[in-house]
Amino acid sequence: MRFHWFHLMPYPALPADFSQKHRSVWVDVPSSLFDPATGHRMYNEYIDELEEAARAGFDSICVNEHHQNAYGLMPSPNIIAGALARSTKNVAIAVLGNSIALYNPPVRVAEEFAMLDVISGGRLIAGFPLGTSMDTTYAYGQTPATLREKYNEAHDLILRAWTEREPFAFNGKYTQLRYVNIWPRPLQKPHPPVWVPGAGSVETWHWTAERDYLYAYLSFMGYKRGEHVLKGYWEAMAKRGKDANPYRAGFLQICAVANTDAEAERLYAPHAEYFFDTCLHIAPAFADAPGYRSLASIQAGLASGFGRGTPADNPKLTWKDLIEGGYIVAGSPQSVRQQLADVAKRLHVGHMLLLLHFGDMPRETTSINTTLFAREVLPHLRPLWSEWEDRWYPKPLAAAGPP
Amino acid sequence: MTPAPPAPHTLALPDSRAHVSLWDAGNGPPVLCLHGFHGLPAWQPWLGALSARFRVIAPQQPGFGDSTGAEHLDDFLGLALCYADLLAALKLDRVAIVGHDLGGAIACELSALYPRLVSKLVLVAPLGLWDDAHPVTDFFALTNPELVRLSWHDANAALERGAYRVPHTDEEKRADYLDRVKALSTAGKYLWPIPDKGLKKRLHRIQAPALLVWGTSDKIVPPSYATLFQRSLRDARVVEIPHAGHLPMLEQPERFLPPVQEFLSA
Repeated sequence: MRFHWFHLMPYPALPADFSQKHRSVWVDVPSSLFDPATGHRMYNEYIDELEEAARAGFDSICVNEHHQNAYGLMPSPNIIAGALARSTKNVAIAVLGNSIALYNPPVRVAEEFAMLDVISGGRLIAGFPLGTSMDTTYAYGQTPATLREKYNEAHDLILRAWTEREPFAFNGKYTQLRYVNIWPRPLQKPHPPVWVPGAGSVETWHWTAERDYLYAYLSFMGYKRGEHVLKGYWEAMAKRGKDANPYRAGFLQICAVANTDAEAERLYAPHAEYFFDTCLHIAPAFADAPGYRSLASIQAGLASGFGRGTPADNPKLTWKDLIEGGYIVAGSPQSVRQQLADVAKRLHVGHMLLLLHFGDMPRETTSINTTLFAREVLPHLRPLWSEWEDRWYPKPLAAAGPP
Repeated sequence: MTPAPPAPHTLALPDSRAHVSLWDAGNGPPVLCLHGFHGLPAWQPWLGALSARFRVIAPQQPGFGDSTGAEHLDDFLGLALCYADLLAALKLDRVAIVGHDLGGAIACELSALYPRLVSKLVLVAPLGLWDDAHPVTDFFALTNPELVRLSWHDANAALERGAYRVPHTDEEKRADYLDRVKALSTAGKYLWPIPDKGLKKRLHRIQAPALLVWGTSDKIVPPSYATLFQRSLRDARVVEIPHAGHLPMLEQPERFLPPVQEFLSA
């Protein structure tokens, strides 16, 4: 089993009355609330945290793309990944990812990902999310009804740019290029492993299955909802004749490890509260632009009774609610080991992405969580799924990293 | 007594690869009625009133209601061609058009492209222009309660007089939600993220005289847009409907119908 350390890079200093005073943490959140000096300290500490996770033995360190979002301050995750490619060795660098419909032309992603793969010595995981409704349709103005078509076209262009050996012309509906001929090309052959982060759309499952990519269900709703979504995913895989290799799925879980269950609450509860009450204060209308999801996906959601569901639907979750609802796996190392082993088996996932920094967690607390997880939890769960081959992890050069 | 609503029928438009469901009722000069982003889920009383003196042709636009073909449409050019196909299929070579918001923009585009096809234009709170000083409300980014509140001058009074109805059962709520998503998703293909797709460069081509109708408390498309349209159209006058919001034909039909009927009859 593999473990990935995922950073959102939330702004840690939103005012206490943020959710009462503002419509949304995302899209129209006033940028006057952002203090650049705080941001300077924040970015550097957050990069330190990713580097610490790499040294602690996680299989990858993960960055992601959000726009106009006070809890996701990486409009360009490739900038952070570039810094990490130089400051780390051996660990995979997962960019989860670039919302490829937003790049004009999308060969920009083929180029930047190829640079990251070459600089890091073949350690890149290339994430191609459709991107959230907030990021793509509202912050970046994409037409919801045609976003997926544009995404599919961008994907085809990037894959051809990575794999074809001669310059070619690309006559797409959204991108026309007379000469596609990227320098550099990626180090990994035929190309870096492609992970598709998603939120449970049936279209994404089918698309991912056809291309044999990894599907990563990234939500902050935890394993109870995750179990329902992954069940649908595995059924879709079986229907398409795909094997049940758990490594074709990733799942994100918020996790909080301390010496005892009581200490976990004391250490982490305030930061969980900041995350769920303030960071996830998203205007419902922004979360689901009309046309962003297909009618089929909406109907599937309505039929399941889960809908899209955000914690804002159940305001003010206590620490106890968060634990019982499966939003957070927390407690002593032994307790977290047992819970996560159970989650991994029930969801049948080989790639566990951990959110060990959340909300306004300070540097030293993050360090405790990361260290305890790497030392007391990770090694015990490592043997799980050893009977399966992981075909979705990078194949770097030996001793990849800066000399 | 209100006449019984007519039954819709479906018209195939092979050149547009669309099947359009439409109501075709009444006798007299033909009037094509193009609905807005709310869609036209059912025949409406004001259409019934118009059909007493005119032949009212009211399609559900492709991608709304039962009409198909939106997947082949990318922009206003495609839509304008689609309505030229529709008029050809009905063997009509000259019509008046009443267009509401999205339908108003389509009516303008069609009239600019085929000036001789259109005899008169009634534009009810049309979309298609943009003014930084008075932005059109981002109606895509509203919850349904917000959309209801902003659509009417007085949403409660409009509800009481039956201008719209609220779904009650879970089944009705679900159907209502899916219809709304479908309608807004289709409208978004032409209007996202800002409903200005270059109409200002074409408005002067329109030859038909135009009547601009605006609810004085339109909270979706501000009434100030009437002046912008009037400035670019060759022949346009403005009628303001008091105590009406974005849907004056539903909220104040008795104030809306007389000037419209008079304009269409003149």
